[in-house]
Amino acid sequence: MFNYNIKLALKSMRRNPIMTALMVAAIAVGIGISMTTLTVHYMMSGNPIPEKSDTLFAITLDSWNPLRPFNDDRPERGPHQVTFHDAERLIALGKAKRQTAMFESSLIIEPVNEDELPFEAGARVTNADFFSMFNVPFIYGSSWDKSADSAAEPVVVLTRELNERFYGGEDSVGERLTMQGIQFQIVGVIDNWEPTPRFYDPINGGFQDINEMFIPFTLTRALELGSNGSDWGWKSEETTTFEQWLNSESVWVQYWIELDSGSVNDRDDYVTHLNAYVGEQKKLGRFERPLNNRIFNVMEWMEYHEVVANDAKVLLGLSFLFLLVCLLSTIALLLTKFIGKTNEISLRRALGASRKVIFNQQIAEVAVIGTTGGLIGLALAGLGLQGIEYLYDAPAGLVRLDWIMMFAAIGMAITSSVIAGIYPAWRVCQIPPAAQLKTQ
Amino acid sequence: MLQMTQIKKVYRTELIETHALRELSLSVNEGEFIAVTGPSGSGKTTFLNIVGLLETFEHGTYMLDGKDVSRLNDDDRSAFRNQKIGFIFQSFNLIPDLNLFENIDVPLRYRGLPAGDRKQRIENALETVGLASRMRHIPAQLSGGQQQRVAIARALAGDPKVLLADEPTGNLDTTMAHQVMDLLEQIHAAGTTIVMVTHDPELANRAERNIHLIDGRVSGEEFVHSQDEIPQAVKLNGSEPLVAQL
Repeated sequence: MFNYNIKLALKSMRRNPIMTALMVAAIAVGIGISMTTLTVHYMMSGNPIPEKSDTLFAITLDSWNPLRPFNDDRPERGPHQVTFHDAERLIALGKAKRQTAMFESSLIIEPVNEDELPFEAGARVTNADFFSMFNVPFIYGSSWDKSADSAAEPVVVLTRELNERFYGGEDSVGERLTMQGIQFQIVGVIDNWEPTPRFYDPINGGFQDINEMFIPFTLTRALELGSNGSDWGWKSEETTTFEQWLNSESVWVQYWIELDSGSVNDRDDYVTHLNAYVGEQKKLGRFERPLNNRIFNVMEWMEYHEVVANDAKVLLGLSFLFLLVCLLSTIALLLTKFIGKTNEISLRRALGASRKVIFNQQIAEVAVIGTTGGLIGLALAGLGLQGIEYLYDAPAGLVRLDWIMMFAAIGMAITSSVIAGIYPAWRVCQIPPAAQLKTQ
Repeated sequence: MLQMTQIKKVYRTELIETHALRELSLSVNEGEFIAVTGPSGSGKTTFLNIVGLLETFEHGTYMLDGKDVSRLNDDDRSAFRNQKIGFIFQSFNLIPDLNLFENIDVPLRYRGLPAGDRKQRIENALETVGLASRMRHIPAQLSGGQQQRVAIARALAGDPKVLLADEPTGNLDTTMAHQVMDLLEQIHAAGTTIVMVTHDPELANRAERNIHLIDGRVSGEEFVHSQDEIPQAVKLNGSEPLVAQL
């Protein structure tokens, strides 16, 4: 009966094309808008590294002003970043399975091709562990090793795009690239890697492009690398020299660790380690605020920084309300359409169709209408997402409909239209078989 | 084949009750062809709807093909109706956007017959009514008489125990009406039980027996086996004998 019901549904839709078009349009617009906002929300709130999100942690140390919390509205929160010297010391202490400090900077590159002018490229200044902690894929070579960190060797890992630009996509490992007047050895080229959101640095934008290259954190001092990212300070200090800046209480370095597990014990152990470190610092007159050292796993960190803006959540709710309005319109149209089929329903009942058979026939029709509306809604959602990309200058690929969202759209269209069709279909099932046979 | 005893049917609104059938009793034998006549409002259509299991009734019993159908639920009535009863309506009641094949296929689908069986039945039924060559036409491409023949084919395809005809020639001109009646007589001759509601005394006289309804009761019955036979007056429902005025 399934195929038969679908065939009848198509005939019924053709019988009244204007009403069918109105219903399909109502569902398509509702699905298009709700899927657009849902996709944005899904992309923003998705787990960017599900395989490790429970064992990777961002840390915060409350080294802020003893007289005033970092955030007046949320006094329990310490600064989002750490000082450079705290990062250096924590790296030296180790303790975690892996750890990395990092910040955004930029370097002037002297291109391989002498015809090209030098240009500035964004760099993430970090540690060797960064790549293994965050599962960064390589097409050529690998991360630098820890000895390069220790020795502050001028090594670099390029992105695929930068390698394409300089070396035409060929294996460039071992080549040398001149930056800031220094020859860097290329040790690796990473493959396409666009964690969404950019969980390891939501402070400087959860939806920014990744940096074009990666260099060791220990080069900061030698190259006097400044931070291009956010920094906060509270203490009036002399920072005329770079060394003074590095030793200041300004917080501008992000610090991540990887633990063996995300268990309470492992977390507590590491916080105890942080507390011990801060306790030592307190003896030196630093960290005058009460102990407030915390670690956040990936999803906690996303929530902490409200990567999914409240506006997006409100918009999502509104779009689903709009879908509801569209469905209510569809219910009204379905009622009108089904009541117009009273004669046929009455006849079919007389010829032996049970109420269930009639119900299924009407539900098949709304499912076909829902599927059609869903497919058109999917196309509208695609256009909507392109519009959002254009309006907000979002990074390419941030807001795209993946297979999950496509199936979700069709599933939502069918489910919602079937739900909308239940009452009209039930009403039409109540038509007695003898109702209209005499009057046709 | 069909036995109704003391059937009562009342239509109720907030203001009034209308007694459509009042303790109606009637038997129809297998293979019989009866005509039910009566003035407007006499309960003919209600009677036919109850015979066809299209409506329920308040009181009495109804045996159809040896089964008490008085208390069947809606699903069982639908299934029984589909298997045992064929309908022919005054206004043909074909579905306009289905072709002849698909129209006749409707009740067969609900019976769950396999595709091959359905096809064979539909082709045979259309052959019987002389419309096999028009299988892919839609109803609007046929004359009224042809449409009624399709409706008859739809009823026949299910191989019903009883064929119920409600004013089957009411929308047809005289020539087509005679053709349809000839067809019904052929079907009857092949052994099908037919119950026909009609206003037309001439058509009623082509049945074997005429039942006359007035005010929801059988007011008279006449056997018309052959034209030279004298109509019989019979006593019904405990009332005084009446001679049916057909």
